Amino acid sequence: MLWACLYFSDLGAADADASAASRRLRSLAAWAYRYSSQVSIAESDALLVEVGASLALFGGWPALQRRLRRELAEFGHAPALAVAPVPAAARVLARRHDGLLIEQREPMLTALGAMPVGASGLAAGAITLLHNVGLRTLREVFALPRPELARRIGPQAMMALDRLRGDEPEILELYRPPERFAHRIEFDHRIEAWPPLLFPLRRLCGELSLFLTARDGGVQRFELVLEHEDCAATRIPVELLTPQRDAHTLHELARGRLERASLAAPVSALALIARDLPPLCPRHKDLFESKREQHLEWPQLAERLRAYLGDASVRQLAIVAEHRPERACTFSPLPLAAPQARVRGEAERQCDALKRIAREAERTAKDGRAGCRTRDGSPQLLTPALTGQREREQSSARPLWLLARALPLRGPPPEILVGPERIESGWWDGDDARRDYYVVLTREGQRAWAYLPAGAHEGWMLHGWFA
Amino acid sequence: MNAVALDAVLKHPGIWRRSASASHHVRTIPTGLSELDAQLPGGGWPCGSLSEILFAHDGLGELSLLMPALAELTRKGQRVVFVAPPYIPYAPALVAHGLDLRYVVQIDANAGDGAWSAEQCLRSGSCGAVLGWMQQADYTQLRRLQLAAESGDAIAFLFRPARTADKASPAALRLQLHADAGAVDVEILKCRTLDMRRATRLRCRV
Repeated sequence: MLWACLYFSDLGAADADASAASRRLRSLAAWAYRYSSQVSIAESDALLVEVGASLALFGGWPALQRRLRRELAEFGHAPALAVAPVPAAARVLARRHDGLLIEQREPMLTALGAMPVGASGLAAGAITLLHNVGLRTLREVFALPRPELARRIGPQAMMALDRLRGDEPEILELYRPPERFAHRIEFDHRIEAWPPLLFPLRRLCGELSLFLTARDGGVQRFELVLEHEDCAATRIPVELLTPQRDAHTLHELARGRLERASLAAPVSALALIARDLPPLCPRHKDLFESKREQHLEWPQLAERLRAYLGDASVRQLAIVAEHRPERACTFSPLPLAAPQARVRGEAERQCDALKRIAREAERTAKDGRAGCRTRDGSPQLLTPALTGQREREQSSARPLWLLARALPLRGPPPEILVGPERIESGWWDGDDARRDYYVVLTREGQRAWAYLPAGAHEGWMLHGWFA
Repeated sequence: MNAVALDAVLKHPGIWRRSASASHHVRTIPTGLSELDAQLPGGGWPCGSLSEILFAHDGLGELSLLMPALAELTRKGQRVVFVAPPYIPYAPALVAHGLDLRYVVQIDANAGDGAWSAEQCLRSGSCGAVLGWMQQADYTQLRRLQLAAESGDAIAFLFRPARTADKASPAALRLQLHADAGAVDVEILKCRTLDMRRATRLRCRV
């Protein structure tokens, strides 16, 4: 085992209080978790990471060191790093020898021997005592006979020295990634508009992304909480069609929703809470993919559109089995990606049903018989509304444009091309419709779908265009 | 290299010869109207570019003109996006024209967002066709759409009022619909690589 110690001398100074520093250290532990499954928060300002097992994977210590330093620099940290086979030794060496790598026990003891007693990490009492005896370096301490030394400095300090040399095992509490993500950033000033919120949002999304990478999962639903001083917090839910994990994508998607939210009051803190953390299956990328950089897959495109235009602005069309034209067509939201087997969408099923009807109609037309028979010849019962021939006639006379609300058709009476087709339905739900539909030609040459109230001869209402 | 192989190479869409008619090299989707296909280079709507349909009034068959091509796209699993349509695209009629509703998406947006959405969809490369209704589009916007369609290899269909017929446009194809005694004429106003000296007004029942 090789333990790398990351010593953050700047951690106390950067954050105002101890709890903020410890939170920061926890988020750094979450980041370090991607490099090793054994990460321990050793002290209030240092992390221990077991790197021996994965050193070959990351291309050796020089490459891993460069990578760690570069990524930490992005978070604004410049820690001291040292690697030793014993965690306690790595902790002590990191404070003096930044960048040191020792893989064997003997050189480690030599390096430790050169360390001054004051930097040994022993208890303050033991250090004073050793100083008073005239011992300056650990080499001198190690050279003393064990029983005498133990009697002088006590069993606690002796145990610490043994751990330093690796003679005594040290029990480390390993970091475990939490099951939910909740980070909060408090502001010094009240923020009145959304643009200043984007910077903290970027940081939160970055932390969420690190968290998800470490867990090897994604996020499908999270919540932005804008806290106000004197009223209830504004909660902005962010729902995604597929699990995501990339920091930039998350920021972009959250940003769009934040921009459209109205701030009820000045914001005093921003929090990001994610509980729904499904596993993520990244798309397999083709080795010879020729698509260019700016190309987007449909799920990502849909997410971007939803983020900027609103979740309900991107919709699919669907059919409802209903005679009243205004109710026969509806919109359905884009289907959410189900984590397990793909669920057949409502639209898909309706499409299939309609195709079946069309096939049925074709067969009926071919047979030239009114009755409908299945392939094996047994008669099939169909409700009158669904008999193929009629369905076909109807669908052929349906306009491509439907007006959301029928309008009076102005001008002289139009020329009737096809009709009438009586549509009478809805007496049971209070929205009774009795209309005679015609395909008409207007003076301008437009083909319109218009209706007259049943039995009437005037009062043309325009309901669609054969566009 | 023998002549057959050279001929095959010259038919490659990436190779353009100044002297030859470009008609072989345009990738297209048939319009479904044989008279129109015969006129258009490559025999259909040009892929990866902007096509404009100009008309004076609603209900001249401007949308049914596209239906065979859109049905073909959804059959191949490519998305057809309606960006801010003026009315409700009536789902039963779309199905009757052979569209697969799973691949039909509507985006609701105001004018500014509509242009942005259309451009995003075209550029993404994950949409087969994008239909837009922009009344006030200027040359710069049209140019952006044309470039986005090229980059994403999608077809942009833009529906515009007939009064914009004499305005300059970067579209690859511009068609105008004229209503005439119960029938509708399709006039080709502009078409890249087409010799415009021939008669370009066709009578089609669309």
